Amino acid sequence: MSILAQQNLRELQALLESGACSSRDIVTSVAEQIQTVDGDIHAYLEADTEAALVEADAADARRAQGEKGPLLGIPVAIKDLLNVKGQSCRCASKLLEGFVSPYDATSVAKLRQAGAIPFGRVNMDEFAMGASTEHSAYGVTRNPWNLEHVSGGSSGGSAAAVAAHTAIVSLGSDTGGSVRQPASFCGCVGLKPSYGRVSRYGLTAFASSLDQVGVLSKTVADAADTLSVVAGHDPRDTTSDPIGVPDYAAALGEDLKGMKIGIAEEFFGEGVDPEVAASVRKAIDHCVSLGAEPVAVQFPHLKYAVSIYYILAPAEASVNLSRFDGIRYGNRVEADDPVSMMCKTRDAHLGDEVKRRILLGTYVLSSGYYDAYYVKALKARALIKQDFDKVYEQCDVLMSPVAPTTAYKIGAGAQDPLAMYLGDICTIPSNLSGGCGLSVPCGFSQAGLPIGLQILGPAFAEERILRAGHAFEQSTDWHLKQPGSFS
Amino acid sequence: MPYLPTIGLETHVQLNTQTKIWCGCKVDSSSEPNTNICPVCMGYPGSLPVLNAEAVRKTVQTGLLLGCKIGLRSKHDRKSYFYPDMPKNYQITQFDEPLCLGGSLEIEVNGKKKVVQINRIHLEEDVGKSTHLRGASGVDYNRAGTPLMEIVTEPDLHSEDEAFAYLTALKRILEYGGVSHCNLERGNIRCDVNVSVAEEGSEVLGTKAEIKNMNTFRGVHRAAAYEIKRQIRALETGTPLIQETRRWEDDQGVTTSMRSKEDAHDYRYFPDPDLAVIRLTEAQVEAWRADLPELPEAKRKRFMSELGLPEYDAGVLVADVEVAHYFETVVAATEGNAKAASNWVMTEVMRVLSESGESASRFKISAAALGKLILMVEKKTINNSKAKEVFSVMLEEGGEPETIVKEKGWVQVSDSSALEGFVTQVIAENPSVVDDYRGGKGAALQFLMGQVMKLSRGKANPKMVLELLKEMLA
Repeated sequence: MSILAQQNLRELQALLESGACSSRDIVTSVAEQIQTVDGDIHAYLEADTEAALVEADAADARRAQGEKGPLLGIPVAIKDLLNVKGQSCRCASKLLEGFVSPYDATSVAKLRQAGAIPFGRVNMDEFAMGASTEHSAYGVTRNPWNLEHVSGGSSGGSAAAVAAHTAIVSLGSDTGGSVRQPASFCGCVGLKPSYGRVSRYGLTAFASSLDQVGVLSKTVADAADTLSVVAGHDPRDTTSDPIGVPDYAAALGEDLKGMKIGIAEEFFGEGVDPEVAASVRKAIDHCVSLGAEPVAVQFPHLKYAVSIYYILAPAEASVNLSRFDGIRYGNRVEADDPVSMMCKTRDAHLGDEVKRRILLGTYVLSSGYYDAYYVKALKARALIKQDFDKVYEQCDVLMSPVAPTTAYKIGAGAQDPLAMYLGDICTIPSNLSGGCGLSVPCGFSQAGLPIGLQILGPAFAEERILRAGHAFEQSTDWHLKQPGSFS
Repeated sequence: MPYLPTIGLETHVQLNTQTKIWCGCKVDSSSEPNTNICPVCMGYPGSLPVLNAEAVRKTVQTGLLLGCKIGLRSKHDRKSYFYPDMPKNYQITQFDEPLCLGGSLEIEVNGKKKVVQINRIHLEEDVGKSTHLRGASGVDYNRAGTPLMEIVTEPDLHSEDEAFAYLTALKRILEYGGVSHCNLERGNIRCDVNVSVAEEGSEVLGTKAEIKNMNTFRGVHRAAAYEIKRQIRALETGTPLIQETRRWEDDQGVTTSMRSKEDAHDYRYFPDPDLAVIRLTEAQVEAWRADLPELPEAKRKRFMSELGLPEYDAGVLVADVEVAHYFETVVAATEGNAKAASNWVMTEVMRVLSESGESASRFKISAAALGKLILMVEKKTINNSKAKEVFSVMLEEGGEPETIVKEKGWVQVSDSSALEGFVTQVIAENPSVVDDYRGGKGAALQFLMGQVMKLSRGKANPKMVLELLKEMLA
């Protein structure tokens, strides 16, 4: 019999509901699984089992009082850049070593209200800058399907934990694909909600106009249930949208009949691994066999997406990260005067990839370059939105690969940051437009590494992509496959 | 060769909102250091700003008072520079779309009136306050996130006196507008002074120096005067001037160089992605306009036309907004007897205030109580000199005027038979003075009058006494 940690969220809800297990049992099982496998994977930076058990008992007590809910009593692994009161929040950076957060992010507060247990800090690329989790200051997170390979990033810890059954669900964040790409690499589900759907309050900012809290889970239904808890307007985040939160679970029941699926050949262009392209096309064919209607669409400005992103994201990041100076919190290198102290602290404790992006961002915002880079990139961003607007006039969702490749070998991308940046080409557009996106397992490479299908939708059309993803998932068995050593 | 100095002022004004500009922390400069702070104003990871609507209203109302055009679309930008007292190492300010544009302010220097053009007013956040202790530095972040207006003039001022007059006039508007506490000692108003000097008649301005962070108007006056002299001397001796930032050394009375233009920061302004664009409607702006407090000039005219005050009284009363408010409350409590209220406020009240240095809003005698006292005089319950004694009692011991008068037995005697008794007695006791009066010495009447008042222990109705005396001595 499989252990509790291997069950998905919906299965555990049923077990809790029937009294077959308690929240304490689930937390205990997850903690044991961490103990067993995380030495190899290194998805977790920290996991306080004792504290989680106290909260599990509280959740069990709430259930005993008659309370119900999709996340009541469920442990949720939290990406290391979301603030949880009383827990460390290092953003996988040496600079925030020793920092204990004094407050809950709104998404975390909503988890708590629903009775979920924020359990464990999961690994990421430092300040979410990277696509492999190799840029964590605390060591790489390995891919459960092949320990020689990366887990993807920046939410690599979240994806690997879900895939290795050391987490039931996990909250991550997606600025340019940071939820969807690791989900694709690790063979789990990754949901990036629309910009403004989930409050960013308490999500350490990388690029404020692109960041969004996302969900990594074992099934699409689990992602829908988790989104229903964390979504909604937050008065503390003026960029969160006042639009109402629909019943995502209800959307899952519908099939694919009549849904128009857009296919833009630009997403299958140069650099996309033939194995990946083949799996994704096969998945789209499968959707068509379920009653969906394929529509050929154009996405002429896709070729600019990476350039736009790597101007705007570093620009915002260079300023967002200015606050990490060692003065009020975190690590500090002492010096004779405050400015030297700040310089030395940042020099000593920020990683190379973070420094690279701060330099890039500082450069594009500098007087004399601002118009040529930042302003131009903003204009080009509008063209990406325009492409999407035209696409969604013709279809309901857009399907594509999540990433051009499967998970690469650890160290393979480190020498060439530009190649790594190009790996974000399929995921970046929906961050630039503010739309939503989903990554669903849709096959494996010859080498046995997972491949993901990306389903994109317009802003606040999460129901659509969840419905498509769920229908696809339920009629295939890719999501049931387990990494060999962890099944 | 004659030279023309040119001065432009950037005045930072802390708004008197209850809470900070981006968070719910209290704005209070008197609290213990680092007690009014939270993740937002401390720049903690993940925290986000939410704009305080009151700060927008007060900035727009200031703009309306200064005749600015209100930007119906306006936005906030980030200004980057590293400094320990700035929690995020960027300041949220407004770069190219401020809330208020244009505007002007009339000043008077040596009897000559002049209109100073205002370039813009934008709304930004204040930073923390650094303190240098022995061997270490401390930062108090209570101030960080206090809403701050920056009011920028055109280079329109041509002497230190004009700069001083502008600041004085601006402060009065801000006080009248009720938008700032305007306490200079607490740093509510701070000023950057841009000074340049050019040859008279020159088309272009000279090389400017910016004197940073002045917190007294007198300091601005002295620094501008010094800087003008320094620059003229440089021009006269052919010493090149460089564009630079300078610091005022108050104890030495000189400015010294802080940094030159070459070392200036590149602030890397860009729109703050955490904040939505501010969109105001005409209707909103008009509602705020309708809600504007009355300005000194309008108030002065109204005091004259509606209350019938002499020009002199009106001018004195509106000079200080708190005195004006106090006066208006007194008038309301005296059933509209404005001239009596004016006399009392201008003499008794303002005398005490100038001795104690207190503001009228904190005056020990409430305007309502003073109004009652004045009414008692008007209704002849007490006479004027007794009223002044009551005033002293109220000032020293507090209490309501009616109670004091009753307790002290100071009710005015207006009963003519009782008064006749006093007058008869005084005439009988002072035959020689009576002769003097009858002999044509008018002053003698005053003496007799005083004797009657003394006899009545100040309670006699003086008007009736005078009439009786005249009658009985006729």
